[in-house]
Amino acid sequence: MDSLDDYIIEIEGMTFSRGERAIFDNISLRIPQGKVTAIMGPSGTGKTTLLKLIGGQIRPDSGCIRVEGLDIPKLNRGELFEIRSRMGMLFQSGALFSDLSVFENVAFPLRVHTQLPEDMIRDLVFMKLQSVGLRGAVELMPSELSGGMARRVALARAIALDPDILMYDEPFTGQDPIAMGVLVKLIKTLNKTLGHTSIVVSHDIQETLSIADYIYLVADGHVVAQGTTQELLAETSPKVKQFMQGLPDGPVPFHFDAPDYLQDMLGGEQ
Amino acid sequence: MIDQLQALGFTGLNKLAALGRSFIMLFHSLCYFPNPRVGFPLLIKQLHFVGVLSLIIIVVSGLFIGMVLSLQGYTILVDYGSEQAVGQMVALSLVRELSPVVAGLLFAGRAGSALTAEIGLMKATEQLSSMEMIGVDPLRRIVAPRFWAGFISLPLLSMIFSVVGIWGGLLVGVDWLGIYEGSFWANMQAAVDFRIDVLNGIIKAIVFGYVVTWIAVFQGYDCIPTSEGISQATTKTVVYSSLSILGVDFLLTALMFGDL
Repeated sequence: MDSLDDYIIEIEGMTFSRGERAIFDNISLRIPQGKVTAIMGPSGTGKTTLLKLIGGQIRPDSGCIRVEGLDIPKLNRGELFEIRSRMGMLFQSGALFSDLSVFENVAFPLRVHTQLPEDMIRDLVFMKLQSVGLRGAVELMPSELSGGMARRVALARAIALDPDILMYDEPFTGQDPIAMGVLVKLIKTLNKTLGHTSIVVSHDIQETLSIADYIYLVADGHVVAQGTTQELLAETSPKVKQFMQGLPDGPVPFHFDAPDYLQDMLGGEQ
Repeated sequence: MIDQLQALGFTGLNKLAALGRSFIMLFHSLCYFPNPRVGFPLLIKQLHFVGVLSLIIIVVSGLFIGMVLSLQGYTILVDYGSEQAVGQMVALSLVRELSPVVAGLLFAGRAGSALTAEIGLMKATEQLSSMEMIGVDPLRRIVAPRFWAGFISLPLLSMIFSVVGIWGGLLVGVDWLGIYEGSFWANMQAAVDFRIDVLNGIIKAIVFGYVVTWIAVFQGYDCIPTSEGISQATTKTVVYSSLSILGVDFLLTALMFGDL
């Protein structure tokens, strides 16, 4: 990872704010090619927003976001849709198209971006569903799937076009242990066999640490720590320790900003 | 006082920004009409959903409105011995005013609200975002076919409304109240002009179709993606569409028939 060519996504000096609140303040990070990179941090630090910024769904206030050498915020609508066909994104809810069957959901990107004949599309859809273990669910509608299954179908859809970059938005949230194990295994094996770059946004520490090659810890609009799993676990800064060990109180306080408790209780009327 | 002024300014700016967004959405969905291979099946599906499924409510309402018009017209006109003019009255009021306006109002309630809720729910469940990330523009794939379907359906529904309404008028006027059928039709033929009455009625329906569908798809596309946001957007669709139809109708009537 010495030369610049090994980084597929580079974010430099990027600032993004929503209203008065700065979500990212002059943040810089680089995602290595072909690896699993995790972006972790407490809820509300804008991890999902970061994925949307990389996908060009929202634009930063300043700074640049380069994906495969192209500056995303400067692309026009057409170019943006072109580069998105080389990215896959797994949404937290799965976001399957509710009016299409599992088969049609997975076939959707193939139908819109390729001119493949119907029998080839069928073969590809079956291969993708086989890789997530849901070939048997091909006829079902999204409403008939469990949450974990929906996420796996969405994963099959995200890899339908063999993207260069695959982004996972909170893939483990709200999953039972079995579904979680399946997803961990899938992310790992897909990354290995297909050779794409994976970005996992999550706050599930154990699962994420088990698959990530490199980790960025984001909080308060900055990267507070980065490194491999071992490096992060060995980190001594109180903020990193609090997050990695899941301590309820620390630099990130248990209490939301509020006036003095005693004063509030005794103060009577507002 | 300053706070109230500030709130007023804030609301005004928000409304203007929403208007701007709605124009951008209109521009994108109209400029990028999907290619025929992909777009045509989508359009047909939406025409069925927006147009064909609205037929029952349109036909039933048209029939009853025609019947009521005929009955009311007869009770007034019979005092002057001019009940033969019932056909003319029913046809003119339907073709010029009631068909486009009532069909438009029913369309806003039946199809407009459904469009808003559907698109809003797609937004809330991240289907629009995921479509964008797959590299497909939801404005082309989701909004444009629905927009065109509404635009095409309402004028056709309005014409069907007129025809059924006139038939309802005939049932009550001729078959029940006994107006002479020859004069019912002859007066209608003599009084209704194709260009002034029928064509202007169709133009109204086209404008209403455009306004209702625009409001409906924009409210869905721009809604806050929560259950409360969708419910507000659906309500706004029905209220804004109905008020716009009535307001625009007055404007169009003044332009079309003001100097007659």
